[in-house]
Amino acid sequence: MSKAHVTTTINGDVVEYLCEPDQSMLEVLRDNLELTGTKEGCATGDCGACSVSLDGRLVCSCLVLGVEAEGKQIETIEGIADGSELHPIQQKFLENAALQCGICTPGFIVATKALLAKNPDPTEEEARYFLAGNLCRCTGYDKIIRAVLDAAAEMRGAAS
Amino acid sequence: MSTNKDYKWVGTSPIRPDGADKVTGKAAFGADKNLPGMLHGKILRSPYGHAKIKSIDTSAAESAPGVLAVMTSKDLPDLASEMGEAGESAVDFRDLSQNILAAGKVLYHGHAVAAVAATSPKLAKQALKLIKVEYEELPVVLEIEDAMADDAPILHENQFTPGGSQDKPSNIAGKMKLPRGDIEKGFAEADVIVEREFTTPTVHQGYIEPHAVTASMSASGHADVWCCTQGAFVVRAMTAKVLNMDVGKVKVTPSEIGGGFGAKTTVYLEPIAVKLSEMSGRPVKMVMDREEVLRATGPTSASVIKIKLGATNDGKLVAAEGTLKYGAGAYKGSPMGPGCMCVFASYEIPNFVVRGFDVVLNKPKVAAYRAPGAPMAAFAMESVMNEMAGKLDLDPIDFRLENAVKEGSVAAYGPKFPAIGFVETLKAAKEHPHYSAPLGKNQGRGVGTGFWFNIGMQSSATLNVNESGSVTLITGSADIGGSRASMALFAAEELGIDYDLITPLVSNTEEAGYCDVTGGSRTTFATGMAVVKASKNLVANMKKRAAKTWGVEVDEVLWQDGQAVPPFSSGKNPMSMAEIAASAAKTGGPLTASASLTAQGAGAGFGVHICDVEVDPETGKTDVIRYTAIQDAGKAIHPAYVEGQYQGGAAQGIGWALNEEYVYNDKGVLQNFGFLDYRMPVANDLPMIDTVIVEVPNPAHPYGVRGVGETPIVPPLAAVAEAVNNAAGVRITDLPISPPRLLAEIDAK
Repeated sequence: MSKAHVTTTINGDVVEYLCEPDQSMLEVLRDNLELTGTKEGCATGDCGACSVSLDGRLVCSCLVLGVEAEGKQIETIEGIADGSELHPIQQKFLENAALQCGICTPGFIVATKALLAKNPDPTEEEARYFLAGNLCRCTGYDKIIRAVLDAAAEMRGAAS
Repeated sequence: MSTNKDYKWVGTSPIRPDGADKVTGKAAFGADKNLPGMLHGKILRSPYGHAKIKSIDTSAAESAPGVLAVMTSKDLPDLASEMGEAGESAVDFRDLSQNILAAGKVLYHGHAVAAVAATSPKLAKQALKLIKVEYEELPVVLEIEDAMADDAPILHENQFTPGGSQDKPSNIAGKMKLPRGDIEKGFAEADVIVEREFTTPTVHQGYIEPHAVTASMSASGHADVWCCTQGAFVVRAMTAKVLNMDVGKVKVTPSEIGGGFGAKTTVYLEPIAVKLSEMSGRPVKMVMDREEVLRATGPTSASVIKIKLGATNDGKLVAAEGTLKYGAGAYKGSPMGPGCMCVFASYEIPNFVVRGFDVVLNKPKVAAYRAPGAPMAAFAMESVMNEMAGKLDLDPIDFRLENAVKEGSVAAYGPKFPAIGFVETLKAAKEHPHYSAPLGKNQGRGVGTGFWFNIGMQSSATLNVNESGSVTLITGSADIGGSRASMALFAAEELGIDYDLITPLVSNTEEAGYCDVTGGSRTTFATGMAVVKASKNLVANMKKRAAKTWGVEVDEVLWQDGQAVPPFSSGKNPMSMAEIAASAAKTGGPLTASASLTAQGAGAGFGVHICDVEVDPETGKTDVIRYTAIQDAGKAIHPAYVEGQYQGGAAQGIGWALNEEYVYNDKGVLQNFGFLDYRMPVANDLPMIDTVIVEVPNPAHPYGVRGVGETPIVPPLAAVAEAVNNAAGVRITDLPISPPRLLAEIDAK
C-alpha cells in the first residue's frame, strides 16, 4: 500500500505529509507531525480528547482519515493561543482550576472554541449539551462549565 | 468556614505552575514520548476467560517483516511467591509477573500472553496474528458467591484459604474478622433491627489516558523508562523485581499523568517494554488502546455486602454485623481489608462483628480505585443508616450526629481518633440551604456520609535556591490534580517569598529523593510535610549566612517576609533572600536544602453529601438535579483544587450509582469495552456540584492538612440510592440504578 501525499493547512501553516491511506488524522497529527497536544483517549469517537477543527467544524480526529485533510484548514490545540498570549478560553480554564490531570483539556478547549463560535452566549445547559462529547473523569465538569461561561462572557465583552 | 488567619499563600488558589503547558498542548503525557529508532510493542491477549495454555509457538511471528523481538512469560524470571509493597497496598510479585504475562493459564479474557516489538504498530499487530497458542478452555466463574461455592471452578490450584482446608484449593484467598463487644447481647438490646444485602458491580476508574510507556535498555544494563504513573519509584521497584534487576539500574521518569484514581500504582507494560528493548537493542514504545484498558487493567472489585444494624428507639446504635465479600479478579488482593476497617468506622457501636472475604474470579486483577473498598461498604452501611433513620422517625443527619465518632472515640479498626471533623461536617450539611430546599414532583433527596483513613508513607523534597533568590523545588510525587501548586504554596509560605518565584518540579527516580505513590490522599499531606521541613532547613541555613555576613550570633537573626532581620543593636539592614543568594559563594556556597520523612498521623477524612434526583416514572431514568459535597479538609492549601477533588469524586460516585458496570457474557467476555457502552457521566448528566470545605485541623500536620482526594467517592452511592428511594418509593440495593432496573422496581411496586 503506497503512501498518500497530502497538502493541507494546520494552524495556519501549509503542511505537506505522506500518510498511509488508513491512518487517522489523529495518528498523522501525533505520529507523523509530532503535534502531540491532541490526545487519544479511545480512538472510537467517544471521548473527545482528540477534538480538532476541520474547516471550522468540530470533529474527533480519530474518526477522520489523514487523507481527508487534503486542501482543508485544520486547527489543533497548538493553534489556539495567539503566539505566547493565551486565548481567553485557555486563560479561563486556568483561572477556574478547570483542569486536574489535564489530558482532556486540549479537547475541551478546542470544543469550547467551536461552541462559542456558534453560540457566543450559551446557557449552562447549552454548554453542557454541546460539550457532552468530551469526557472528563477528574472534575465533575463544574469548573469546566464555569470556565466556558466565563470565557464566553469575556469574549462577548471584548467583541462589543 | 475556611479560615486563613495567619497565612499569606496557604489557603489561596493561584494558577497552577504547570497550567499554561496543559492548556496549550505542550505538556507531555505518557504516549507523547518518542525516541529515535524506536520500535512499537503490542500484546497478544487471551480470547478465553479461563484456559490452560498448552503451547505457544512464536516462530512465525519472529520471522515476520519488521519484527525484532517476541516474548512470552518464559522470558521473565520465575519468581517465588513473595509479598511486597505496591503503592498503597501489598502485592505478590509472582502474581504481578503472571498478570503481566500469563504463565501456564490464562485467568481472564484479555490476559496478556505474548508481546511483539516491530518497526511500526501495524507490523507489530500483524505479527501477533502469527503467534500460535493452543488453549484448553476451562469453565469460568464470574460471580463472587459462585466462586465461593464448594464445586466452583478453581483459578489457582496452589491457593488455599487461610485457616481453611489445606488440601482442597479454594477461590477464597483471604478472610478477616473484626469483633468488638458481644453482638448477641447488643441485638437483644435493640428496639429496631434492619438487615439488608447489597451488591455492587465491577467498575473501572475510567482515566482518560490509556497506559503508555517508552523504554530503552542500554548495553550497560541500565534501563530508562518513561511512563504515566502515580508513582515512579513503585514502577521502578516492580519493574526491577519482575526482571530481576537492581533498582539502581532502572531509571523511571514520570510523564504528566492523564488520570489514575489509584489504578496507575502498578505495572502492566513497563517490564515488557524494558525486556523487548533488551532483546531488540532498540527503544520500545507501548501504548494501550481503550479496549485493552477496560479488558485487562485493574478495575475495582464487585462486592456482596450484608449489613445487620440494631438501634434503640432513642436512636442509639447498639449492635452491627457486616459480611463483606469482595471480588479480587484473577489474583488475590481485593480491598477487603480497608473495606472491613471502614464499614463501621464513622460510628460509635459498642458491639459489632465484621467478616471479610477476598475472592478470586475470572476477571482482571483489581487495582486501587479512590478509597479502595470504602464506597461499596458505605453504600451498604449508609443505606441501612438511612432506612433505620426512617424507621426511627429521625432526621437522617440527627441520627448520625447521635452516633458519630469524635475526638477520643475508639475507631472500629482499633486506634483512638485524634481531632476529627465528622460532627462539624454533619452540622455543616444540616445547615446548608440545600438540605431544607423544597422538592418537586418525582423528586427526592438523600444523604450519605463517607470516611477514609488517608495515609502518610515516605516523601522527600529538595529546594535549590537560584542566584537570583528564586527557588527550584524538586519532589518525586506525581502531580495528578494540581499538587505542584500546593507544594509551591507551602514553600512560598515558609520562605516568605512570592509563589511565582518557586518552580516546582516532579522529577525522576535518579534525581528526586524517594517518594511513595501519589495515592492514599497523601501527597499534599506527606510530600507537603517534606516541603515544609526542607523549607525550614533552608531558612535555618539562610539565617546562618546572614549572621555570618553581619558578624552576629545566628539565634539573634529573625526570618520575616522572605528576609533575614538582624538584631536592632547591630545597626545592619535586613537581607532579602535574593541578597543572601547573590552572596552565597562568600558565605558557604550554593543554598540547597532537603528533607525526607515517613509521615505519621495522616488525619482521617469525613464527608457528607446531599443529593437531589428526579426520577422519570415512565422510563426509570434518574437525573441528579442538585448536589452538595461537604468535607473536612483539615486545612485547604489550594481551595479550588480541594473543591475539584470533592466534585470529581462525587461525579465518579454518581456514575457508579447510576450507570457504570462491567457487563460480561457467560464465557467471561466483557461486552462493554468502550466509552460508548461503559457509560461514565458526561457534562449534561450532572448539575453544578456545590462544595463546603470544613476545616478541623489535623494535629499531626504543620498546617493541619488531611488528605482530601479519596473521601469524596465514598458517600455518593448511598446518597443517590436514598434520593431515588425518596423520589420513586423503591429501595434499590443492587447497583447500578440503571433505567431498566429502576423501571422494573417501579412497575413491581
